[in-house]
Formats: sequence, structure tokens, C-alpha cells
Amino acid sequence: MIIKVLGSGCKNCKKLLENVKEGVKELNVKAEIEYITDMMEIANSGIMRTPGLIINGKIVSYGKVPSTEEVKTFILDFVK
Amino acid sequence: MLIEILSWLNNQLLRMDWLRESVDWFFKDVMKFDELSWLYKSFTFFFYDVIKIFILLSVLIFFASYIQSYFTPERTRRILSKFKGIWANIIGALLGTVTPFCSCSSIPIFIGFTKAGLPVGVTFSFLISSPLVDLASVILLASIFSWQIALAYVVVGLVIAVVGGTLISVLKMDKYVADFILADQSNNFNEIKEEKLSKKDRVKYSFEQVKEIITRVWIYVLIGVGIGALIHGVIPQQWIETILGENNPFSVLIATLVGIPMYADIFGTLPIAEALVLKGVGIGTVLAFMMAVTALSLPSIIMIKKVVKTKLLVTFVGVVVVGIIIMGYLFNAFSYLFI
Repeated sequence: MIIKVLGSGCKNCKKLLENVKEGVKELNVKAEIEYITDMMEIANSGIMRTPGLIINGKIVSYGKVPSTEEVKTFILDFVK
Repeated sequence: MLIEILSWLNNQLLRMDWLRESVDWFFKDVMKFDELSWLYKSFTFFFYDVIKIFILLSVLIFFASYIQSYFTPERTRRILSKFKGIWANIIGALLGTVTPFCSCSSIPIFIGFTKAGLPVGVTFSFLISSPLVDLASVILLASIFSWQIALAYVVVGLVIAVVGGTLISVLKMDKYVADFILADQSNNFNEIKEEKLSKKDRVKYSFEQVKEIITRVWIYVLIGVGIGALIHGVIPQQWIETILGENNPFSVLIATLVGIPMYADIFGTLPIAEALVLKGVGIGTVLAFMMAVTALSLPSIIMIKKVVKTKLLVTFVGVVVVGIIIMGYLFNAFSYLFI
């Protein structure tokens, strides 16, 4: 699966990236994590507030930092 | 009796007469400045305004943010999609006043709204009113001038936003959006159920907003008050009157054209406006300057250029500029109603 973390390099965005890495490791799933900082690309994804999280092309979270546990439930939805 | 109490509250809390008296007293009686010197005029203006604006700004941003925490861009988009025609423009302009906004988020909002299928005209009604009319700035406006002027400013700002957006709709500008937005039809946006924020969350959000906005705008406030203090104390009345006075028929035009490329927050513009009014510049001229500075700026035009084609950009800028100029002359003509 492809997991995209979108954010312009703010503190919250980096925190989300950490949580995603942590969640992927704990679940031991195969996932490609992309960190997108390009302003235009973020905007064009349809997200209006960063940080955003997109899994397999679907927006699952924006405007807040989900915890590692929350990230894990997002990922599990796509594993099923 | 009630009116007396209200006007006392207005004078002490909003206009902060106590602060003006203290600052005047400090420079006159403690520092022994000559009351007629430019130093006295500039210094009292600077310290009174800086202290007043920062106190008011912190309090006002807090309450405005609390209200704004109910209106996320996602919710605004959802509400707007339910309205059609001019009603969508009117609601868009109104929501622009309560949705948290910084010019840095205009691109994500433009693309986000457009992709959700909102007409470009409605999005522009929102984008025009958002920086122009803002809860905190309206109260600051009332504190520096009067409630009548603040109210008139709000109405005029909303009218420009509604008319501007409607014109863009009528001229069928929807196709002049940047190609990359139209090309990418993946539209992967799915509505996520927004979780309800608790009172505590909203208070926390409001405190964060105060911190964030103050760290962003403090430099513009200082520069603005500095320029205001210079205008107030140093620049001869006659110069200002010749260029911007009521007898110069081009005053509104000059004020608008000077204001357009400038990038400043409305909070930094207010002290300049205040100093100009004290120098006898017409209220319409001053409001035109303020609106031109806040509604348009070189950075924001360059940013919007990235998401729309030239034709739409020119229409947008043109409509806003013409609207501001008409508003300025009307205000000058009817200013006796407000003062």
C-alpha cells in the first residue's frame, strides 16, 4: 500500500510522519511511505488543512495529528 | 442611564481612554516633553497605539477564534454546496468573515472548493471577504473610529465580495481555472466525519491561534504604528491634505493604487488609517486605502495567478479595485452620516 503524509514541514507534519512509521512497523505491513511537502501537490490533493494523510489515494485524515494507534486503525481498514 | 454606561464601557474598554491619559501624562509630566513638539505627538501616538492594539488583538483573536472553531473550511464547503445562485455568493461572503483564514491558505481553499464542484464565483466571494472582513478587525475598527464606521465597513466589504463573485459567475469564468486542477479528476475527497470538539479543545485552539497570529503580525503592527506615528507627528498637514485631502478629486484613486501592491495585515493598516483620519483625510479615502491593502497584495496576486488563468485573475483584480474606488467616493460623499 502507498501511504502519503502531506505537510509543509511543520512540527505537526513531522510528528504525523513519525506516527505513521511507528504504526507501519508495529503492524508489520508492507507499505511505501511518501512525505509530500510541495505546496501545489498538497493543495491539489484536495486537502485544505495540513497535516494530511492519504492511504491508497484516499484521504483519511486532515488538520490534526492522529496518534500511532489511530494510524494503525486507518491502515488496518486497507489491509482487510 | 444605560447609554451612559455603554458609552463609558466603550470609551474605557475599547478606546482605552485610561491608557491615552496615562501615556499623555507620562510624556508630559514625567518626561517633560513639550506638548506641541513632534516628539510628543509621535511618541504618545506610538506607545498608546502599540499597547492598545496588542491588548485588544490578544483578547479579540481569542474570542474570534473560539467562534471560528465552529467553521472549518470543510464545513464551509459543505454549507456552500447547499446554496445556489446569488445566495451562494452571499453565504460565501458571510462565511468568509468567520472562517479562519490566512492568505497562505488561499490556494488550498481555492483548489479544495473548486474540486468539490463549487462555482468559481462563489469561491471568490469567499476569498474576497475572508481577508477583508474579519471579526477581530471589525471591533478594532470600532475602537479606533466608531461603530457606525465599523458597521459600514462590514456592509461595504460584503457587498464588494458578493458583487465581485456574482460578476465572475455571470461572466462564466469557471473554465479559466488552471489546467492542472481541471486535469486531475481523481477527486479522492471523501467526507470524513468531523469529530466534535469539546469546550476545552476550542479554548486550546483559541490560545494557539492568539500565539500564532501575534507572532505572525506583530512586526506589521509595529511598522504600521511607526508609520502612523510619523504621519501624526512629523509630516506636515498640508502635504497630506494636498495629496489625499477632500479637495483632490484623485485622492481615493491614489490611496487605492498605493494600497494594492502593499502586503500588510489589517491590524498593521489600522494605525496608518487612524493617523490619516486625524490629519483630516476623508473617511472614504482612508477606508479605500485599508481595503486595497488587505484585499489585494502583490504576494496574494502572484499566488492566485498559479491557480487561475490570466483572464480570471484580471477580472478578479479589476472587480475588486473598481469596487473599492466606488466605495471610497461614496463614503466621502456621505461621510457626514458617520461622523
